[in-house]
Amino acid sequence: MSTGFHVVVLGSLVPDMLQTLEPVQGPAGPGLKNELMLPAVLDPWAAHALFEAAHLASQHAGSKVWLVSLGPKAKLQQLMMSIAQKAPFELVAVDGSASGFADAFAVAEALAGAIEKIAGLDRSRLLLFGGCASASRDAGTVVQMVGERLGIADQFLAADELRVSPDGMLTVLERVEGGRYLVSDVAGPPCVVAWATGNLPEPPNNPQVGMLNMRGIMPALQKAASAPLASTGTTYVSVEVPKQDRKTRIVKDVPLDDMAREIADWIKA
Amino acid sequence: METILFLAHTDDDGALGRVALEALTGATQLRSQMPGAKLAFGILGADTATATQSASGCGADAFYAVAGVDFAASRYASDAAALEAICRAAGATIVVAPATARFNRVMPGVAQRLNGRIDTHVSGFTVNGDELRVQRGFYRQRMVATLTRSVRPWFLTVDGGVFQPWAGASAAVSVQMLDVTLGDALRRTTVTGYQAPEANAQTIRPDANLLFVAGVGWTKKQSDGQVHLDEAASAILGFLDKASASLGSSKSLVDQSSEGHNVFSFMSHLNQVGQTGATPRHPKGLSTCCHGEEPHVVGWRFIGERRAINLDANCGWAQGKADVVYVADAFELVRKITKLL
Repeated sequence: MSTGFHVVVLGSLVPDMLQTLEPVQGPAGPGLKNELMLPAVLDPWAAHALFEAAHLASQHAGSKVWLVSLGPKAKLQQLMMSIAQKAPFELVAVDGSASGFADAFAVAEALAGAIEKIAGLDRSRLLLFGGCASASRDAGTVVQMVGERLGIADQFLAADELRVSPDGMLTVLERVEGGRYLVSDVAGPPCVVAWATGNLPEPPNNPQVGMLNMRGIMPALQKAASAPLASTGTTYVSVEVPKQDRKTRIVKDVPLDDMAREIADWIKA
Repeated sequence: METILFLAHTDDDGALGRVALEALTGATQLRSQMPGAKLAFGILGADTATATQSASGCGADAFYAVAGVDFAASRYASDAAALEAICRAAGATIVVAPATARFNRVMPGVAQRLNGRIDTHVSGFTVNGDELRVQRGFYRQRMVATLTRSVRPWFLTVDGGVFQPWAGASAAVSVQMLDVTLGDALRRTTVTGYQAPEANAQTIRPDANLLFVAGVGWTKKQSDGQVHLDEAASAILGFLDKASASLGSSKSLVDQSSEGHNVFSFMSHLNQVGQTGATPRHPKGLSTCCHGEEPHVVGWRFIGERRAINLDANCGWAQGKADVVYVADAFELVRKITKLL
């Protein structure tokens, strides 16, 4: 009997968080100015999902982790140079737009199609991981849609913890309102877990893991199928950077008691 | 002609939550702006009678409910089955729902089942003729887009704080109870309850008037060359108690906790505000000991009035991100403010 989990992590690249972004209108809809030139990172919540997947796989013999990534091949290759050293995984690359303006429905279709083609994936042992929302589309919808397309009826969003009982029961802690966790037990895989930050720190770079991963990454990038993402029936009327500039008043060289009184009055008002 | 379906779930006490009532206001306003549109009301929960009665005067043309013990708890499989049944029964073309944790999880799956499209965290509607346009953020609030879709059904989840909560008199209505049967395959998940994070104080208060954000400066060496973690914790908790504020944190501070450093026991990643944290809605925000860098300020997008306490007059907050920056030692100033509250 097979043991362990088959963990498929959905995650792609997003512009570095410190980049200033500027929208531009292209023939196919909105995009980012100099999008292909922007430094990219693995989507932060998807990165947490990948680290949790690798940690889970390391604790359960026979487990395997795939990272399914949709993005421009050249950018994915750059991204893999840093991610490959973090955790062992097999890359499944899909060549297409990583834009936040791409439609979630089309993205889910492309990702589910790629997962269905993974050789040796045991769907009865499948844990579909991803981030609870991307830092690009910022919608929190794709992972659930992929889960639906794969026929998985047990789904969890914004998880911070996944525990495995000796009897195979999984316990998931999901963030809910009021700073609490909703605790659920699910009778084993298959299930979908869209992660929040989890509890693990970012693993240090491990060059040996990187070299092992890179053996599979280059062939995966070479055979990446192209995924044209149609956004039928969607029209962006405008895309703009929110205007947030405020006229800041600096209060300095004022007695602390005066400052305290001003702030307290403001809070009580 | 559009059929607008408002969807809600009951809270644990059987009532409609505040965010649901706000989304109901959005749905009724949308109906009034779209000529000829119909409004339907759909709800799920263990017992939906109280919640339905409280919203019965919203002017909906039809009411649908899925009720029973199977639908009491927030479980994807049962929620999806119930919501799919309501959407089909109502013939919904536009679905408006509150962006609660329960619906954030299930609504994309329901949209997928119905071959529809979904936009989440909607921050506003406009109607141009008979065309509905919605606003929502992209790239962690770094951009705002206005968009429209022709594919139906179109699902919209509305964030809290966008509309006023709906209020109105009750009316006599006829509710169509839908029968949704769950097989064993949809009962694999059991919700066992709630758990508070490991903390000695409940510091996240979504309804608070003030968001108090603590930055990593609280854990740095002070003017005497020493770190004063206990004093910092006491000052922060004392202030939160007196101001009834909600506690937020910068990423750098909560990361210290997750990396094993002994920082603040009452703080976790749940408190984190910013691009990889929460984007809470509060009328006022007071930042202390953090520099107002862009990724962090993204989490302040829905904070009305912003003030900051910082030792550096040229910090990020002073670059047009806060209304007032107080150049002072937060340890001392926060203690003085607490005494005045």
